[in-house]
Amino acid sequence: MRRTTLPDDALDATDRAILNALQDGFPISKHPFAEAGAALGVTEDDLIERIRNMREIGAITRFGPFYDAAAMGGAFCLCAMAVPQADFDATVTLVNAHAEVAHNYERTHPLNMWFVLACETEKGIGRVADEIEAETGLAVLRFPKLREFFVGFRVQA
Amino acid sequence: MTIDATERRIIAATQSGLSLTASPYAIVAGQLGLTEDEVIARMADMQARGIIRRIALAPNHYALGMLANGMSVWDVDDTKAETLGDKVGALPFVSHSYLRPRAPGWPYCLFAMIHGNTRAEVEEKRKLIAEILGDACRSNDILYSTRILKKTGMRISGGS
Repeated sequence: MRRTTLPDDALDATDRAILNALQDGFPISKHPFAEAGAALGVTEDDLIERIRNMREIGAITRFGPFYDAAAMGGAFCLCAMAVPQADFDATVTLVNAHAEVAHNYERTHPLNMWFVLACETEKGIGRVADEIEAETGLAVLRFPKLREFFVGFRVQA
Repeated sequence: MTIDATERRIIAATQSGLSLTASPYAIVAGQLGLTEDEVIARMADMQARGIIRRIALAPNHYALGMLANGMSVWDVDDTKAETLGDKVGALPFVSHSYLRPRAPGWPYCLFAMIHGNTRAEVEEKRKLIAEILGDACRSNDILYSTRILKKTGMRISGGS
């Protein structure tokens, strides 16, 4: 994924209007691009071409349905560890070796390693976290979500 | 929330995205041996049930200049945490917001991921959250990511 800023002229006003509008939703219909394009004043072909271009230059990361992860039947848990600096690289290797570790970030805190476990079942979460504790000799704190709040996050393009 | 076998196959066929063609749901239907009408009806139903949160494009916030993000964490009075969490989640610069259990040495229960163009901007936004939480918040912190150690997508299989 592109992690640098695009030049200011990479997107024109129409591209920005598309980015802003289609973050909120896209029709489920036989001709969804024609429908969405009509609302934005662009043709079906132009809308498809502009989205394709924005994907190619890395202005968008995904286009399609966003599924509720829980609905897909898995169990997820945010976990954190306080890893001594001298052991950090070795611990990364041990933790990342587990296929259930979906993301792992180093963060600025005594709890300096934060990762998400994604398993088929809740039992799997406990098993993998326990395995990581046994392998590393470090505590794995577990922060399952108790409640998720609706987020209104939108990027203003 | 449960899904049936057909829904599972539709999820597997669309989780990495829709085709950029005039009738993308017809493409999904063709791959799965369903009719376009069936795929449209099933996806509309999954959206109504909240299994599909929305069909949308995801802007790359780094490409658009939002280079800074921090995981802000808050020790909020349990009796007010749900109401305040709703308010924090609704802020346009918060991309994820959850209540999570506390742990020994970790007093924080409300997590909110804050995005901005610079770290200074993220800190300004953190102050806005502090104002919203007011006296209900006893302490807070923010954790910036310094390195991505692993990032893989979460995927389900289509089943047999």
